[in-house]
Amino acid sequence: MTTTVARLHRIDPLGALVSAVGAASLLWLPFVVFKLNRILPGDAHSLMQVLPASAALACQVSLILIALVALGIADARVRLAAALVGVIVVAAAVASAANLLTPAGNRVVRVAPGSGFWVLLVALGLMATDAITRLRPRPRPAVRVLMLALFAAVAGAALAHGTFDNLSVMREYAVNAGRFAHEARQHVWLALGSLAAAIVVALPLGILCHRVPRLRGSVLGGLNVIQTIPAIALYGILMAPLGALAAAVPLAARLGIRGIGAAPAVLALFLYSLLPVVANTVAGLKRVSPAAVEAARGMGMTRWQILTGVELLLALPTILTGIRIVLVQNIGLVTVAALIGGGGLGVFVFQGIGQTAIDLVLLGAIPTVALAFSAAVLLDALIDTMNRTRQ
Amino acid sequence: MSRAATVLRLAALALLVTFLLTPASFAPLFAPLTQYGAPPIYDQGNLLTLALAQIATVCCATAASAVVAVGLGILVTRASGAQFLPLSRTLVNIGQTFPPVAVLAIAVPLVGFGLKPTLIALFCYGLLPIFENTISGLHGCPPAVIEAASGMGMSPTQRLLGVELPLAMPLILEGIRLSLVINVGTAAIGSTVGAKGLGEVIIAGLLSNNTAFILQGGLVTGLMAILLYEAMAAVERRLFRPALIE
Amino acid sequence: MISIDNLSKQYGSTTVVDRVSLDIERNSITVIVGTSGSGKSTLLRMINRLVEPSSGRVLIDGNDTAGEPAHLLRRRIGYAIQGNGLFPHRTVAENIATVPRLLGWDDTRLRARVLQLLTVFQLDPAEFAGKFPHQLSGGQQQRVGVARALAAEPAVLLMDEPFGALDPIIRAKAQDDLLDIQRRFATTIVLVTHDMDEAFRLGSRVAVMSRGRVLQYDRPAVLITRPADPFVSQMTGLADRAMRLLSLTTAGEAVIPGAAGGPVIAASASLRDALSELVWRGAESVAVVDADGAPLGRLTVAAILAHGRPG
Repeated sequence: MTTTVARLHRIDPLGALVSAVGAASLLWLPFVVFKLNRILPGDAHSLMQVLPASAALACQVSLILIALVALGIADARVRLAAALVGVIVVAAAVASAANLLTPAGNRVVRVAPGSGFWVLLVALGLMATDAITRLRPRPRPAVRVLMLALFAAVAGAALAHGTFDNLSVMREYAVNAGRFAHEARQHVWLALGSLAAAIVVALPLGILCHRVPRLRGSVLGGLNVIQTIPAIALYGILMAPLGALAAAVPLAARLGIRGIGAAPAVLALFLYSLLPVVANTVAGLKRVSPAAVEAARGMGMTRWQILTGVELLLALPTILTGIRIVLVQNIGLVTVAALIGGGGLGVFVFQGIGQTAIDLVLLGAIPTVALAFSAAVLLDALIDTMNRTRQ
Repeated sequence: MSRAATVLRLAALALLVTFLLTPASFAPLFAPLTQYGAPPIYDQGNLLTLALAQIATVCCATAASAVVAVGLGILVTRASGAQFLPLSRTLVNIGQTFPPVAVLAIAVPLVGFGLKPTLIALFCYGLLPIFENTISGLHGCPPAVIEAASGMGMSPTQRLLGVELPLAMPLILEGIRLSLVINVGTAAIGSTVGAKGLGEVIIAGLLSNNTAFILQGGLVTGLMAILLYEAMAAVERRLFRPALIE
Repeated sequence: MISIDNLSKQYGSTTVVDRVSLDIERNSITVIVGTSGSGKSTLLRMINRLVEPSSGRVLIDGNDTAGEPAHLLRRRIGYAIQGNGLFPHRTVAENIATVPRLLGWDDTRLRARVLQLLTVFQLDPAEFAGKFPHQLSGGQQQRVGVARALAAEPAVLLMDEPFGALDPIIRAKAQDDLLDIQRRFATTIVLVTHDMDEAFRLGSRVAVMSRGRVLQYDRPAVLITRPADPFVSQMTGLADRAMRLLSLTTAGEAVIPGAAGGPVIAASASLRDALSELVWRGAESVAVVDADGAPLGRLTVAAILAHGRPG
């Protein structure tokens, strides 16, 4: 307690930044935007204008308290808790603003979160992220996964309960609910399927490159060239040969291989996935200490036993790092697949762009980011666990 | 670097330039890909103009990201900015989970359609690899070298400019190269929000089911990305050839 | 020359250097020796203010070093470290020219100095000036490191485990070279090491440090014959202290008049070497000659042994 008081005298620089940005966004940026329909430009409203006086006051007081924590309290746990409370306050405020602005039963008007809301959310997110990096001891992998699960559960419960139903993004969801589930599944399937295929090919290829150094340069160089081809271009380029294949081999066409659709997308993602996995397999195997291999040989292990029981096991964290890169990258790249009819959440993004309907863009973009972020947290936790048990 | 690779690169460059200058001469090659008498070569705009516009967009955005990212990287590796290092690392990590398309899509509501959202998305997305590599480059300087530099009486600025940045430069340039390549691809997608570029050609092809257009846009974009990457790599090799071959 | 006055360094609640006072003679090699964590490197780094003292002063020629900007102070003081810290992106010549350039020397003077140093350190300028550090052997890198530290003709040279990364044979050569260099440039050298043999071989005075304090600071022979502390005698080695003592005196210093037949030894050889020669040959006396081979006198077993005891 005494240390907390003592540190009150020192102003936290990041806290100052976060507080200033938050205050500015509350004062000068629109908290919500009210639109008569999904396309028309809307009217900006501040937090004070939409919420009843008492609610607005409560909201502001809690945000000021959070700013004070950000400015003066050093304890990372308190800072994290304050930031998370802030996220809940802001989310609740935007939800009730939407409820208040929407006339009962009206399904046409749109209430979208304004730039003020987003900036406030970013500021709070920054504060939370900073608090997490300051936590000592560093949260264990299981705790991090638990935190993510808790956050997902709270968000999921709020969505299921209909808290945000009057917000524009959820309006778009209500219209597209059936398609959303389908495209989300397709998105995950495309990302994971191409990853799985890539692992099956890349692991042996990586082992081969490790064993035959002469192969290494040309294989990695070739895969590097693939990486430099932009996704949209590679999808397009693959359409031609796959289309030709489908035309020439009816069986391929019956299996779903066509010039447009999922096939070129999966193939392109597969090709992109090869480099990180192969490169990290090679790097991981290279890092295995020769002494460990020598000892294994000395104990009479066969080459196969040495490979699976010693080398791959020791290289696993590095290989997993490659897989993490691929998974996060794939989840992002799948969005582009929508352009060639491959489906996935990118469908909403590009439809939204086409219709200048920002809410629809967000319906595709937000879940994509959430998916990629969760994948990163989960795999990082897995890699961390593995590294910890080794030490 | 092998001779064959150099020849291959020059051939690719020659092919790209020839195609962009006289696309019509390639019409017979693309004709088999079209159906119902559709035009084999993109006819709704000048390919050369589109390619140059895309390169200009990419270079502007990447230059801006390089300035900002290297500056930030220097800042958080100084003693005064060190407290922001873990946070900035985490932010970069989180930032990398944002797909380029999402960054592009999110920029649209903020600034509207056109070139601006593309520039913003390219700028933001370009920051990450450069920042990351600047930090690893500056952190990768051998401690003994830094210690010697201080011990000989270099001021912090002299040390930064004379020792740390030159040593970090190969990694920083690699980050810029990565940014360039990613940005060429993202810039093509920028056409969906109204930026001028070869994405127009691909999208026109997708909309009219004209494989020839898709292939033209895709191949030119891909070639540009690869050649930009190689050009920068060649410049780097020339600059750092003697010092840093281990 | 350098006077260290009641110098301390604390990190939080740990005291790394504890009220150390030392007077370092001009034109000599002073060695600070201690185990790892004894505070010896911190003490050295406080002399050129790579570490700022928590309390106490360092005076060079009577001037408090705290009185000038640290980076200007460091340009007047040579500094060489383990693993040499050569700039990998600069050539050997550029590395050596670092501090003179910082000081704004003109090109003619700079070039002449680089040439001189390369020659002194037995690195052919035509071959080595344009090379990069990674193209040199470990011993060559180490020599460039010392040459760089001496480039701006500093009166003081600080060395932190400068030979730590070298293998034993190259290290012995580097130590001999350092003694030559010290005499040639009349530099005041302060050297930190954990190796007692190195300390005895190089130091005209040796400070033994443990847990932040200097336990004893004296000539090597005194450390052996009159250790002030059990830790000092443990560091100097009880079992072979007589042999150590013998290795501190040269045949030239101990020579007695008279002629001897049989084995011959140079005046610069240590008594330890002379004794070894006698034992090996089974002789009772050895002739001592100077560098030109002219006889100076002789040494007997008894005369040598007399130097191997305190007193």
